[in-house]
Amino acid sequence: MRPPRVRWRDVEPYIFISPFMIGLVLFIVGPTFASLALSFTRFEFVAPPEFIGFENYDEMFAGDPKVWRSLWNTVYYMAGHIPLGMAMAFGVALMLNQKVWGQALFRTMYYLPSVTASVATAIVWSWVFNSRFGLLNNFLGLFGLEGPQWLADTRFAMPALIIISLWGMGSTIVIFLAALQGIPESLYESASIDGAGRARRLWHITIPMMTPAIFFVLIIQIVGSFQVFTNAFIITAGGPGDATLFFVLHLYNKAFVALRLGYASALAWLLFVIVLVFTIAQVLMARRWVYYEGEIR
Amino acid sequence: MSAQTRSVNVQDGPQRNQESVRIRPKYYRTWRAVQYTIIYAVLIGGSAFFVIPFLWMVRSSLMRPQDIFSVPAIIFPWPIHWVNYPDFWNALPFGRFFLNTAIVTFTATIGLTFSSALVAFGFARFRFRGRGFLFLLVLATMMLPKHVTLLPTFLLFRSIGWIDTLFPLIVPSLFGSAFSVFLLRQFFLTLPLELDEAARIDGANSFRIFWQIAIPLSKPAVATVALFAFIAHWNEFLDPLIYLSSMENFTVALGLRFFVSQYSGTFWELMMAASTAAMLPIVIVFFFTQRTFIRGVALTGIKG
Repeated sequence: MRPPRVRWRDVEPYIFISPFMIGLVLFIVGPTFASLALSFTRFEFVAPPEFIGFENYDEMFAGDPKVWRSLWNTVYYMAGHIPLGMAMAFGVALMLNQKVWGQALFRTMYYLPSVTASVATAIVWSWVFNSRFGLLNNFLGLFGLEGPQWLADTRFAMPALIIISLWGMGSTIVIFLAALQGIPESLYESASIDGAGRARRLWHITIPMMTPAIFFVLIIQIVGSFQVFTNAFIITAGGPGDATLFFVLHLYNKAFVALRLGYASALAWLLFVIVLVFTIAQVLMARRWVYYEGEIR
Repeated sequence: MSAQTRSVNVQDGPQRNQESVRIRPKYYRTWRAVQYTIIYAVLIGGSAFFVIPFLWMVRSSLMRPQDIFSVPAIIFPWPIHWVNYPDFWNALPFGRFFLNTAIVTFTATIGLTFSSALVAFGFARFRFRGRGFLFLLVLATMMLPKHVTLLPTFLLFRSIGWIDTLFPLIVPSLFGSAFSVFLLRQFFLTLPLELDEAARIDGANSFRIFWQIAIPLSKPAVATVALFAFIAHWNEFLDPLIYLSSMENFTVALGLRFFVSQYSGTFWELMMAASTAAMLPIVIVFFFTQRTFIRGVALTGIKG
């Protein structure tokens, strides 16, 4: 009896997928658990990490009002950004889906801000909302209106960031438009024969057929809302008075300004759990309201 | 061919019934005209929101400082003040920033695209133990915020002395990304297996099938992945922010932020010129490739 030989055929697939698997261990699984371990320590760069049990978590839940403030800010942001963004993107997609002239041109214009989103656009927006010299208040001034102090006012800083976030809804429009174009024409035809009007076709055909796309966008946007960083960092730096302190900004401040890596790791794990819970809840709920055409039930 | 006969049948059906289906109300044409007027009004009004900030940026980048804040606002810059561009360029080593960003973007994009394609090919074309589970793992990482792994990754790079180098911005991408693996795998699955078999009979090994059959046939998907990677790396801000400290290593995004923090509230014309220049490569790439782009967004959105 010879020992079983390792056949090339059996090893080959693993070689193909190895780049991602090595990366997964090095940059995802490893750091995720390292982050958990660090969250139970005091670690401030100078001395080696020191085990302190649940102290960081104690502080996070009971001793750091900024955690709750940043979570609340995120909820506030979501409550504005998601419904507005989705409704507007849906409306625009419906209109573009009519056989309008210049569909490609509109689509390009609407999508452009989604690719340029970065420090440069943040700078432009911080100027648009500048209370004295900004484009927006100048525009309002044409109608004799006096705009608020936007970014310097605790009440208006977050709405300003929400408006800025709507600038990036181009990708949602494109996703919705593609989903609309994927709905078979025959469904509308047979509904028309049965006497369904415009509103009923929208409600009973378009929207149900769109639920997978709506669901996808919803998940992406919820997860994305917990990760807002660049705009808040550049435009408002979390202010005024923590009005736009987003969770990741708080994490960044704790890790790289206060240099408290242990505590920041606890924050990172809280973020992980929140995103996980939201994703799982979404997927579970989706079974009830998302309709997949051609799904085997 | 069966497909042909089927399509003929389909064409037969609706054509016969068409007249009876389309019952048009009395004021159909007027109603249609009103409807389209509303649609165009909203679409054009909407594009203003998307386009005006860009135009305002370019306009301001070409103005003399004393004209920028004049009341009432000057809409068109005159005389055109080109000198803002060399001025901002010389205010900080922007040439260096662009070079660094280009180095990061190109190496990371090429590495990410190649590795993702390799991995996607593995998942699409082989049967092996644990495939389902491993692929699920790939998908699961798409949802993981990078901030969860940020600090240990930072410490890892710090321990090997890579802080203030460009490596931390490039190396993680060389292992591929979950999103790209997913997108490419979906595309590879649509390629007929017969091609592989024919090539194998002719003596090609798996890597040759990957490189000379799967990749050339998947150009649109590969291009989409490369484009997304390009944009993501060009715009990346958080990584440069935490890893880079000396000016000669800055990327454009970081240099721009430094510029703003130095001249906050003044020199708007230079800041707008710098912002315009920072966006320009992305805008150019986008305009030449927008179809690939938009198809990519649509594809992942629907199948995700």
